[in-house]
Amino acid sequence: MSSNGSNQREKLVEVKDLRMWFPIVRGVLQRHVADVKAVDGLNFHIYKGETLGLVGESGCGKSTTGRAILQLYQPTTGEVLFRGQNLVRINRGQLRHMRRQMQMIFQDPYASLNPRMTVGNIVGEPLEVHNIGTKAERAERVRELLAVVGLNPYFINRYPHEFSGGQRQRIGVARALAVNPQFIVCDEPISALDVSIQAQIINLLEDLQEQFGLTYLFIAHDLSVVRHISDRIAVMYLGKIMELTTRDELYHNPMHPYTQALLSAVPIPDPAVEEKRQRIILEGDVPTPVNPPKGCNFSTRCPKVMEICRENEPEFRDYGDEHFVACWLYQK
Amino acid sequence: MSRLLEVKGLETRFFTQDGVVRAVNGISYYLDEGETLAIVGESGCGKSVSVMSLLQLIPQPPGKITGGEVWFDGKDLLQMNNDEIRHVRGNRIAMIFQDPMTSLNPVLTIGFQVSEALMLHMGMDKAAARKRSVELLELVGISQAANRLDDYPHQFSGGMRQRVMIAMGLSCNPQLLIADEPTTALDVTIQAQITDLVKRLRDEIGMAIIWITHDLGVVAGLADRMMVMYAGFIVEEAQVKDLYANPRHPYTIGLLGSLPRLDETRAHRLTSIEGLPPDLIDLPRGCPFYARCHYRIDKCASENPTLAPVGPGHTTACWVDVTQVQPTLTGAQMGVAR
Repeated sequence: MSSNGSNQREKLVEVKDLRMWFPIVRGVLQRHVADVKAVDGLNFHIYKGETLGLVGESGCGKSTTGRAILQLYQPTTGEVLFRGQNLVRINRGQLRHMRRQMQMIFQDPYASLNPRMTVGNIVGEPLEVHNIGTKAERAERVRELLAVVGLNPYFINRYPHEFSGGQRQRIGVARALAVNPQFIVCDEPISALDVSIQAQIINLLEDLQEQFGLTYLFIAHDLSVVRHISDRIAVMYLGKIMELTTRDELYHNPMHPYTQALLSAVPIPDPAVEEKRQRIILEGDVPTPVNPPKGCNFSTRCPKVMEICRENEPEFRDYGDEHFVACWLYQK
Repeated sequence: MSRLLEVKGLETRFFTQDGVVRAVNGISYYLDEGETLAIVGESGCGKSVSVMSLLQLIPQPPGKITGGEVWFDGKDLLQMNNDEIRHVRGNRIAMIFQDPMTSLNPVLTIGFQVSEALMLHMGMDKAAARKRSVELLELVGISQAANRLDDYPHQFSGGMRQRVMIAMGLSCNPQLLIADEPTTALDVTIQAQITDLVKRLRDEIGMAIIWITHDLGVVAGLADRMMVMYAGFIVEEAQVKDLYANPRHPYTIGLLGSLPRLDETRAHRLTSIEGLPPDLIDLPRGCPFYARCHYRIDKCASENPTLAPVGPGHTTACWVDVTQVQPTLTGAQMGVAR
């Protein structure tokens, strides 16, 4: 939880200078004309057993980051170290072996389950892929997993359409747990669900983390949810991390103007609190990642913008106790 | 303040192959001039259908308004014929929808779409309508509006399209604006821009608003009064402050408890509502929330409570006084399938 003694804590995942650019090609010759700079130079790490929240608005590159970490995309540059091993460099066989330790839960529980497979096959597939156990052992394991995520083990022969959104997301969680991973990327796992169902899934993820000592990268656009579940939070904007610190420090002492604006824009379900709040209303829209602004990416909307912000990019720096910020306001 | 809208016993059904979907089940409410009313509930609770019914916007068939009255300015909207209701829609009562990406016509210019209602309802000629369109777009914060009239919707971002929708909604100075989840598809900083804009326009123009949402956060700072819907029924209604501070229906209590709050001081466990809402084709005989309720008593299984006052301007539909008893049942005891 706290940042005290963080020096001794084991870093499970380390991301160094990660870039994920998607080329834009034109014409018959497939001429390379530009790049969508979805993720543009990220540096951070995830401690073993913690939940790192990755928050940002649509198109900021948070999902791409999750996928690039798991090597679902081949990163343009950079390194992703998992327990010290660089995933970008290892060969396919080794990577497949590593995948047992890293799994993913997807946003849309309607699109991420194959409608023609039974629940048993969906949850058992990772076991089959990794050649774990005999058929009977696998079936037993699937029943066990369904019980763990709060589904009736008798549902094993049913199909996804027979389940509600929340139940389907539980199936997705069970599939991710099947191979006993250490690290799970949760990509907006609750955004497609109703409020009362969201709480069920959040509680489930928290219980499983405690039970199995899991490490999460929790990607979401809702800062209230991210603050609730995370130990530390990274705020992304247009392909870059603007600020990264503990959940409480981020709320009580936000340093980056974007974090400040984002915090003030999140509505709090309490009229007495809302009455007294001052909103920072940002002007305009997010620029395109094809052609990000020169200097700081946030400079076009920043209420505290200075001359230098439009010229040079600020460094992502530690201002004590692992409170990282990329902003010229604090760099002399 | 005088009464602007009065809905009495509104009932909407959908006749489908699988059976009759009881989407809205005899709800009654009112709205005063200049007031902002929020209707809150989860998907499928009938909140959108209930306001679409007001303007006869329900596709018929399969839908049918099977009962009730909607009094607006001395007339029953449900008794109006097509021509009459068309005069009300977009003119006296305007509506903005959830998805700004699909509610604008992609092959018509922004200018055409905004000025259409002006020419139709206000009898303006083309030049006057164009001039007024520029004013409206500037009012909702679109810069260099005159240069953007001939742009098409795809040239606008999501937040700007929703501004255009609001400009269209306001074009005929409506007395009532119905906003159906207008910020749900937008990012949180853009959502703040839009709610800020709506608040400002409301104070300037003095129109009444019905704001439909599933987000208890957005309405906390926006609405005067609030209704909570569940399975096509209104289960609680109160002034916003009263409702958040003193929720009296177990469903409202559950909803508020299941929300993570940005300002929470320490991580606590969310109190989730177990189970699922009932099937609207096969509604239970008693209270629709019975299966998921931690406060339930035997009576709830057989009789559906009606709205009854529990305080000044505060009504709730529950047999149990939640201030007097503790929730007795846990999820496991209730035997709810998850």
